Amino acid sequence: MVQSRSLIDESGKRTDGRVIDELREVKINVGIVKNADGSALIEFGKNRIIAAVYGPREVHPKHMALSDRGVVRCRYHMSPFSTDTRKSPAPSRRETEISKVIREALEPALILEDYPRAAIDIFIEILQADGGSRCAGISAASVALADAGINMRDMVSACAAGKVDDKIAVDINDTEDKEGGADMPVAYMPNLKKITLLQLDGELNPNEFNTCLEEAVRGCLKVYEIQRSSLMEKYFGDEKGMKEE
Amino acid sequence: MQEVKRKYVIPGDIVAEGNMRPLVNVFKNGNSIVATRIGITESNQDGAKVIPLSGIYFPRANDIVIGKILDHSSLSWSVDINSCFAAHLPAQDIFGRDFSPAHDDMGRQLSTGDVIVARIAIFDRTRDPILTIQDKDLGKIPTGELIKISPTRVPRLIGKRGSMIQTIEKASSTRITIGQNGIIVVSGKDKEGTTLAINAIHMVEVEAHTSNLTQRIKQLLNVPESEIESDAQTNDSNDTTINQDGINSNNNDKEMGMINSNGSK
Repeated sequence: MVQSRSLIDESGKRTDGRVIDELREVKINVGIVKNADGSALIEFGKNRIIAAVYGPREVHPKHMALSDRGVVRCRYHMSPFSTDTRKSPAPSRRETEISKVIREALEPALILEDYPRAAIDIFIEILQADGGSRCAGISAASVALADAGINMRDMVSACAAGKVDDKIAVDINDTEDKEGGADMPVAYMPNLKKITLLQLDGELNPNEFNTCLEEAVRGCLKVYEIQRSSLMEKYFGDEKGMKEE
Repeated sequence: MQEVKRKYVIPGDIVAEGNMRPLVNVFKNGNSIVATRIGITESNQDGAKVIPLSGIYFPRANDIVIGKILDHSSLSWSVDINSCFAAHLPAQDIFGRDFSPAHDDMGRQLSTGDVIVARIAIFDRTRDPILTIQDKDLGKIPTGELIKISPTRVPRLIGKRGSMIQTIEKASSTRITIGQNGIIVVSGKDKEGTTLAINAIHMVEVEAHTSNLTQRIKQLLNVPESEIESDAQTNDSNDTTINQDGINSNNNDKEMGMINSNGSK
């Protein structure tokens, strides 16, 4: 990719004023879709994403049901007004692919054997996009799944890292994604310490790859703390911590 | 009293470490017991478990549920029990073994839209739940106000040995039938009593995990001061968390299944 301008200035600030290892501001609201069994709204910098989870529920069409475990169906969709130029509301090749990778990133965390012949539906609606929407979508969907009371081995947190002006930076935004050197979204189960999604668009040498992965995982851990506090806030309010009898 | 350790967890959190038995809503990962749901942990020498605070109803054999008749085939009714599986009530359960689709009119017994209290007779991973209404206090519910709460709040609504629900019934002069699937029927003589009971039930649903809930419910229901004070001592231990009866052995399940105004099952 040809770089037309410098994305990091002399003082080490990026296009949106962050330093190289800084995440955008992340906020998560749990339970905002009352009709859904579980839901979350994530604000990841300028990204605004709603994730809603329904289920376990009956599988239609019935032939999709599996007799030994539940099925997960995921829909990642960008609203027509989520980008600068209108996006057609019909599912694009990109959205179909992202739906698939998000499903595969979340499946390892779900204990699907507990829900034979049932389906878990995950809807991720991008209201406003600014790069890194698949990572933000995964993080929101994971919170929504926990809110829906689906049995999970661990939460899934996601964050991207990449190469900007030959430096490894965490949480790539839209400009850095388009004009930068590489973009690597990672989804991670923080307690089990396992990676469930790893994609890479661009070129990295082995050293850069390792640094990039470490940075992305560090970003995931920061996102996990926010996921955790948002769930704790919704379910336990001020009564945090532990009590013994 | 047995020592019980409690803490708030989300999926992936460690509930306990060491050689412990995983009970419900947890799994074993190496030497630690890990939570699979959002909830309150409970660990003692029997093992470790999580009492969940969210989730929809998943059927279990012997649960008492309230369902709505959706349709019937020539051999059974299909019933919506607020879960991911439609339950079936075999016609033989009502007409007896000599049931014949040619001679017996199923529509006369139960028609679409009727609400029934039933017990889940058979359920396993391979088939849909089969219901039965051949037990005391089971069958069609003629009148009442139907409300839905989260199934995870049902044990708290019932309280230890039915204490919470009896308080509500007594104060509002209503009869409350609770299904473990989170569906509740409130039937009362007057509108005021029914509204009061419904408000109290919604309050339990919202504040299920908070302390001193029984006392606040009594204040809402205008139970005399003297009764609140005398009960405060005995109810304190109940109030610290969601009642754990919901995920214990079958005996407890039956006890909390359905309780009528006279306190009997």
